[in-house]
Amino acid sequence: MELLQLAVGGLANGCIYGLVALGFVMIYKASEGVNFAQGDMMMLGAFVALGLGNGDHLGLPFVLAVPLAMAVMFCVGWGVERVVVRRIFGQPQFALVILTIAMGFVFRFVAGAVFGYTPLVMETPYGGQNLNLGGVVIGYADLIAIAVTIVLTVALWAFFAFTRIGLAAQAASQNQLAAYIVGVPVMRVNSLIWGLSGAVATVAGVLYASRGAIDPNIGLLGIKAFAAAVIGGLGSLPGALLGGLIVGLVEPIAGRYAPGEVAQMSPYILMLVVLLTRPSGLISQVQMKKV
Amino acid sequence: MSLLEVDDLAIHFGGVKAVDGISFAVEPGEVFAIIGPNGAGKSTIFNLISRIYEPTRGRIRFDGQDITRLRAHDIARLGIARTFQNIELFDHSTVLANLLMGRHSHRATNVVQDILFLPKVRREERAHRRKVEEVIEFLELEAYRGKMIAGLPYGVRKVVEIGRALAIGPRLILLDEPASGLSVEETQDMAFWIEDMRREMGLTVLMVEHDMSLVTQVCDRVLAVANGRPLALGTPAEVQGHPDVQAAYLGTERAS
Amino acid sequence: MRVIFKTSYDRDIDLHEHGWERARMALLLGVMALLPFVLGEYYLAEAVNTLIWALAGMGLMIAVGHTGQVSLGHAAFLAVGAYAEAALMNAGLPFLVSFPLAGLIAGVFGGLIALPAARMSGIYLAIATLAVFVIVEELVILLEPITGGVGGQMAPSITILGIGFDRYGALANFYWLCLAVVALTTWGYANLLRSPTGRAFLAVRDSEVSARALGVNVTRTRALAFGLSAGVTGLAGALMGHYIGYFNYELFSIFISINLLLVVTIGGLGSIQGAFLGAILITGVPQLIAILRDNLKAGVGIDLSAVPGLDTLIFSLILIGFIIYEPTGLYGRWLKLRAWIELFPLARRDMFRRQKSYLKTERMR
Repeated sequence: MELLQLAVGGLANGCIYGLVALGFVMIYKASEGVNFAQGDMMMLGAFVALGLGNGDHLGLPFVLAVPLAMAVMFCVGWGVERVVVRRIFGQPQFALVILTIAMGFVFRFVAGAVFGYTPLVMETPYGGQNLNLGGVVIGYADLIAIAVTIVLTVALWAFFAFTRIGLAAQAASQNQLAAYIVGVPVMRVNSLIWGLSGAVATVAGVLYASRGAIDPNIGLLGIKAFAAAVIGGLGSLPGALLGGLIVGLVEPIAGRYAPGEVAQMSPYILMLVVLLTRPSGLISQVQMKKV
Repeated sequence: MSLLEVDDLAIHFGGVKAVDGISFAVEPGEVFAIIGPNGAGKSTIFNLISRIYEPTRGRIRFDGQDITRLRAHDIARLGIARTFQNIELFDHSTVLANLLMGRHSHRATNVVQDILFLPKVRREERAHRRKVEEVIEFLELEAYRGKMIAGLPYGVRKVVEIGRALAIGPRLILLDEPASGLSVEETQDMAFWIEDMRREMGLTVLMVEHDMSLVTQVCDRVLAVANGRPLALGTPAEVQGHPDVQAAYLGTERAS
Repeated sequence: MRVIFKTSYDRDIDLHEHGWERARMALLLGVMALLPFVLGEYYLAEAVNTLIWALAGMGLMIAVGHTGQVSLGHAAFLAVGAYAEAALMNAGLPFLVSFPLAGLIAGVFGGLIALPAARMSGIYLAIATLAVFVIVEELVILLEPITGGVGGQMAPSITILGIGFDRYGALANFYWLCLAVVALTTWGYANLLRSPTGRAFLAVRDSEVSARALGVNVTRTRALAFGLSAGVTGLAGALMGHYIGYFNYELFSIFISINLLLVVTIGGLGSIQGAFLGAILITGVPQLIAILRDNLKAGVGIDLSAVPGLDTLIFSLILIGFIIYEPTGLYGRWLKLRAWIELFPLARRDMFRRQKSYLKTERMR
């Protein structure tokens, strides 16, 4: 029973990791770069939603505040690609890694300057309400997190698998020059993907915020989500979700049976094991260089 | 005895049979070419011989020794050097440094000696440099010695890559499309160099090439492949006249 | 422009192309050695800090700049070095034994990690190092008997042949000690770069497949480079422990790893000089900000200390600026400037224009 209770909380946590991991994977799929600011984009998205929705700020209704925040963060992601990322086109992969880490710090500074560093709670219609199923207590926030994540993952998967833009994004990631020559608007597709990942990060942020307080440092969760993305396979959307769920489940269970430090380490140990045994993740793509 | 023997070599990527049952033998001092249309598996054969790919079946023997299971970095020490279709030089180093890199398989110092730069390291460096200067002289690269690779024209890079392979001091050199992207004059130079490699250095040359004029000019024997399968083996004239080759490689209009 | 006539291969093998360069190096070292007689206590301590950062930066440069292995977790090796040094000295070993041993422990630790990790490329290695960092951080808390856990650890003061090198008791001596370590490491690093080992590092960075065809064992070379990198960073960690005196796991946060990356990127990847320029920047900018802050407060009445995280913001913006506009870093900018001066007035704008390039995947399908 206790284990089941842990599992439900873990699943909901895992969904949020999974959503942030989705953002990593989307950008990786489109440009083979890794956006280390994804966690901070989640943080920023949560704060934008909070600023729009909370009574002591703008006080918009929740159902209006969240889509608006998603739109704002879409523009932020899109703008970041247009203004910054595009300029380092063609530089080695790690340039983007360092650049996005630095951008994460900028986001954190902005959020801290506007909202301060004391934890804030977001007002949601379902906050604090629970469902009691035969001794297992499930928060509505947990249920919604799980449901939203599943819907979003399926939608994104369909986007990449079936729509023209999704396919174009995949083509662009494999050979930008070739994609450009056959008429894929590589640049525009990239901007779009960055925008989308901003919107997805906002959803993750809102789900996170509805389960607890937020402060500008919650972006560090991105590192854990990153471990999730790697466990699942950096190129695979279902893999990201799977990785997120695994991390979400392993953490509380490890914490139950071992010292807290071991629980903190567990996602990373798991990730190292996966990297060593299946370097391209559980759901992998073929990786090999042609000479 | 043949210098290089390839026996029933095959590699399958998933369901794709990139190379499927290729056999040939290269005699010492010979210039041997593999020709075939794009995607025929020529470069894959090279990658199999230099042990970048793991063959699905078959044997590769060099100088009587089975090298099918050796690791890629053990190949150079045996005396097999290669170039790459798309030029794989160290772009952020000078021509000289690239050529010195070719001497790596002959290094006799370890990392501790290197860090302390003991007199032995200096002696070794001088010896490597002398060998490299011979290559520079042979390929007439004197003017480019201190230049960065990144700023060099394509034709020169191509020559530098061959120089790096020669610096190994090989017995067999694998040239992957040595004439691709070169002008007519540069291709002529290449033909002379290949001739000289054989005559002056006593090298055996195995090459993949599209340019039939170069192949007929320098090669003793030619193997034609298509779709990973062998088509014909013989002198350039014989292979060019072979009806299967004409159909697969030179285009059907001539065969009809 | 200076024309050099080379009369022997040794001219190319030597560290310096001509005597003037060698003299300049000696002069620089001499000035550095005289600093304690010129600077006050505060700025001398800052100079020590810069030297330690330069040492750590050189460590990371071996991995990132010369073998192309990005590490997001180098603070872990600083920690290993610092804790190993403190533990060994507390066990009674003299500094001259414990210090190299601490570097060796960090180096072996790094090499052991890199051996399996070296098979991974690019982004995956960066992630693995990040994971190692988090694991080390938690291990430090878990291994309380050695590390002092959350409470922290005390680095004993150094005595060599009866002379004190304590950071507080004899700062000038400690400065000279750090300077000697940095100078020796720089010399070893420069030697490495002109030797077969260093060439193999560059080869692995620029073209793995042709390095292999030339007989380089890529996995072993990567692991060796990473081990050396971790070892030098470990030495820096040991000195940092002595410099801080009393430290716990918080000293080696993820931000230190990022700052180290900043040192090598802004300084200029692939050059020893870059590590030094980067270190000067990263230790100098907070000082400048502090001075600026005081002046603004006194002069204009703006209180910047009310804005937390300003240092980090400025570092981030500098970093973003460099990556976009000058990916070759401060040292690269200096080389261009020097070329421009030497060629004056013949230099042309387009000389330094970057080539357009496209991303090509390493994936096969």
